[in-house]
Amino acid sequence: MNARGAVKVEFTPEQLVEVRRLQGLYPDRRAALLPVLQLVQDVFGHISLEAEEYVAGLFDLSPAHVHEVVTFYTLFFREPKGRHVISVCHNLTCHLLGAQQVLTHLKKRLGVEVGGTTPDGRVTLLSVECLCACEIAPMLQVDDRYEGNLSGEKVDRILDGLA
Amino acid sequence: MTVALTIDGRPVTAPEGTTIWQAAREAGIEIPALCHDPRLRPVGVCRVCVVDVGERVLAASCVRAVADGMTVATRSEKVERCRKTLTELLLADYPRESAREKTTGDDLLLALARRYGLDRERPRLPPGNGRPHDLSSAVIAVDHAACILCDRCIRACDEIQGNDVIGRTGKGYLTRIAFDLDVPMGQSSCVSCGECAAVCPTGALTDKALTGPLRPPAELESVESVCPYCGVGCAVTVHVDPRKNLIVQVSGRPNPASQGRLCVKGRYGFDYALHPQRLTVPLIRRAEFYPKGALSSEVKGSAREDKPGGVVDYAEVLPAFREATWDEALDLVAGRLRALKEAHGPRALAGFGSAKCSNEEAYLFQKLLRAGLGTNNVDHCTRLCHASSVTALLETIGSGAVTNVFGDVRNADVALVAGSSTTDNHPVAATFIKDAARHGTTLIVVDSRATGISRHAHHFLQIKAGTDVALYNAWMHVLIEEGLVNQDYVKQRTEGFEALRATVERYPPERAAEICGVAAAGIRETARVFGRAKAAIIFWGMGISQHTHGTDNARCLISLALLTGNVGRPGTGLHPLRGQNNVQGASDAGLVPMFYPDYQSVADPAIRRRFEEAWGVRLDPTSGLTVVEILAAALRKEIRGMYMMGENSFLSDPNINKVRNALAALDFLCVQDIFLTETAEFADVILPATSFFEKTGTYTNTDRRVQIGRKALDPPGQARLDWEIIAEIARRLGYPMAYRDAEQIFAELTALAPSYRGLTYRTLAPHGKLWPCPDPELSDGVQLLFGDGFPTPSGRGKFVPAEYRPAAEVPDPEYPFILNTGRLLEHWHTGSMTRRARALSRLRPEAFCELHPEDLAAAGIQAGAYVTVASRRGSIRLRAHPSTRVAPGTVFIPFHFREAAANALTNDQLDPFSKIPGYKFCAVRIEKTGA
Repeated sequence: MNARGAVKVEFTPEQLVEVRRLQGLYPDRRAALLPVLQLVQDVFGHISLEAEEYVAGLFDLSPAHVHEVVTFYTLFFREPKGRHVISVCHNLTCHLLGAQQVLTHLKKRLGVEVGGTTPDGRVTLLSVECLCACEIAPMLQVDDRYEGNLSGEKVDRILDGLA
Repeated sequence: MTVALTIDGRPVTAPEGTTIWQAAREAGIEIPALCHDPRLRPVGVCRVCVVDVGERVLAASCVRAVADGMTVATRSEKVERCRKTLTELLLADYPRESAREKTTGDDLLLALARRYGLDRERPRLPPGNGRPHDLSSAVIAVDHAACILCDRCIRACDEIQGNDVIGRTGKGYLTRIAFDLDVPMGQSSCVSCGECAAVCPTGALTDKALTGPLRPPAELESVESVCPYCGVGCAVTVHVDPRKNLIVQVSGRPNPASQGRLCVKGRYGFDYALHPQRLTVPLIRRAEFYPKGALSSEVKGSAREDKPGGVVDYAEVLPAFREATWDEALDLVAGRLRALKEAHGPRALAGFGSAKCSNEEAYLFQKLLRAGLGTNNVDHCTRLCHASSVTALLETIGSGAVTNVFGDVRNADVALVAGSSTTDNHPVAATFIKDAARHGTTLIVVDSRATGISRHAHHFLQIKAGTDVALYNAWMHVLIEEGLVNQDYVKQRTEGFEALRATVERYPPERAAEICGVAAAGIRETARVFGRAKAAIIFWGMGISQHTHGTDNARCLISLALLTGNVGRPGTGLHPLRGQNNVQGASDAGLVPMFYPDYQSVADPAIRRRFEEAWGVRLDPTSGLTVVEILAAALRKEIRGMYMMGENSFLSDPNINKVRNALAALDFLCVQDIFLTETAEFADVILPATSFFEKTGTYTNTDRRVQIGRKALDPPGQARLDWEIIAEIARRLGYPMAYRDAEQIFAELTALAPSYRGLTYRTLAPHGKLWPCPDPELSDGVQLLFGDGFPTPSGRGKFVPAEYRPAAEVPDPEYPFILNTGRLLEHWHTGSMTRRARALSRLRPEAFCELHPEDLAAAGIQAGAYVTVASRRGSIRLRAHPSTRVAPGTVFIPFHFREAAANALTNDQLDPFSKIPGYKFCAVRIEKTGA
């Protein structure tokens, strides 16, 4: 039972093997905390407080320490996110080349604000710092993929391609 | 290697690796710092300590090590300009009111602001960015807006106390400290030790006021003393307002044992002394309240639904007593004791002293009983905690005290913690064990309950209750079988090995596994870990001692240490963690029926002659009765009169229903205490005594460290010093005792107790001394005992083999659960002190029992619901808490709560060797109750 008495977060035996493998890669197994948190996010979609406590147990770390790491990194989701995540770059180059219009278009099409998730759970929309792809500005990241030189039509095509 | 450098133009030398900050400090140059504290690992986050070392950029002196030929400027214009800017930036969103500045007046950030003449009223950022106050903790106020993220509290919690509750949450400007997963402090796993508030440099974490408003220490009187609670004996500074006769605050004081650390009781549990219910006048039982019996509903044993919990109801008890003058009360005590002695002989009298009292009081009390009244029937609560450990230690290695100090765990390869919930019972000693476990010491914990310390263990064996003998016999079986015995040590330093071998031969791990309920492989593995250690230290607590086979349990641990040669070297040793602040000292001072001071047998004619000479009277050559035996004898009318100083037998002794009858059966009972205790309800005379904070005396901690506790308060009303009361009774018995003060009594004790020889109040200040201390002028005392032999007749340590025996009462279909009793971190023994300490009582207001969730589910009991726990001797009603710390089929009940007294259930069967009762094991059943 965890402190909050909520949904149980637990890895399968196979996933635990992966955790042990990751922990074995470093002289101090604590170094595997980031990849294991990524694994949590891949498996459960986001990192809940229960998951933080669970991971703390896997590493013999205090929950407070895991919470520090999770809240520091912006790419960890602490709330459930959509099946797809669209991150629009809002830094200088993209901004000058129309990032705001891209974002406005996305907000309208999806009917959500930045940080929100569509009611069907399909897409979460984010606005983020530089993704290091100024050569294709304005750009966004959809899941693991970069899309650049955006226009309204291109954004529509990207959205239509998402399940 | 030392290096030579120049700091502010002054030549300075320092050992290699020293930081500039430390080297400057030792040279008398103070460098300001916000994030740094010498007790913490330096992190260099605040940058206020920057100095110029002639490089392109300034260096943080708290992390930069000194180098040969280095030239350091700590106050140059450039350095000061940087510090001023840093202070200004930190001040930009600092709240207008700092809780620290308003109370103890030592806000370091505001001190810097003053130093740099910064105007706090100038335009600035909105304070705190909406970061909140958190007042959820009982003892600490949190103002996140005043936090400068210096990391001190995080390191204090992690590194000093080993609790890991505090971290940071968020990023950038939104960063703040967080408890656990960012819950309010009062709901987190925080144990309220207050170390974070003690190190916080700003108004972010501050102590809440407990008695009166907190004030700067300079406006108060500082009294160097020690903590009144457990055997760790932490050094404290008591901050007193003498005009109001008030303790305002208690802080940790560095000494070799506790190093300035405190737990919740030591830091926040002092206000019991100021409680309005303190006894202030002698009381005599009114004639109409005879024949004697209990007065309050709880003590009568009748259930009470209207007002559950709390301390003795004075309104119910006081009417049975009338106020008296000291003369009348003392005359009555002496007269009645003398009359009983004349009518029934001295052996019809008995006295219980207390391990809460000082060495001087313990010494004088036993002297009164032995020399003044002529009986050896004098004992105290050591009988109920470590009597079995002491019995086993005396029998095997000739000395009942620890062979090494707890702090030496840092030098151990392996530490075994057996039957000790160290984090609850010896919280500050536990911090050193936790610390060692994080820095290379392999920690093995063996317990029937998954205690707080077990979370820090590398190996945890959760054995079935009461099966310790089988486990350690199996360990020794493995050690012998696999050649992990220290042959040289066994040959040169021990005797009786063959007998041990013959016994443990019959305990292969597979057999022990069945008895103990843990895997044979785990037994083998841990035995090897222990056996291969170059230095192993053994700690144990009541989980070992409080069994009807407690002496056997301790014998096994001693054999284990002897077999592996783990005595007398750094990082090794036998350490029964002593419970009360002066349980070691009270025993040393002779407050036990079989020994004069320093464990000198009353049965030895030569020793007895020495004491007869010193005390000027003939002494009884027969050893006296022990605590539980005395009460049993009272029931048989063999003991007629008793004098109790600071003991509350009604709650602390096993099988309360029997204790009730025994106390009521006494012809005469005098109780000397600071509050009306449950036991005092049976008294003929109640004498108002002084609390710890109102007297000066010496106390001996678990390490054998003799320390001075100093008077901080004036006693309330007519309350008198305990030693003076004893002396007054003695005088009236025709055995005059003339002492100027406690110091003179201590001198008499040290002259009669070889282990204390040479100790004086002067040499005990400021940090105390370990006994023995052959050269108190120069040395801290002997830390390691028995490096070259034992104080036994043969000089050898003796193996005493033990066979596994089940407990005196095992579960059956009628009483299917095993009851285990023990202490909580926040409370002390019968609760007469801690339940009157506001913060402690708020933290743990009520009795409860811990049951495994599976057992609760099977019985259909909701978490938090009331249940009845019944044994063959009594029953109590209390809330059920689900807990996976207890094994299925077992129940744990803390024994502090009179309204649900665990000792109503416990068994008064005794260990045959030491006469300790088996508090840790009896059979009970659990019943659902309404409401």
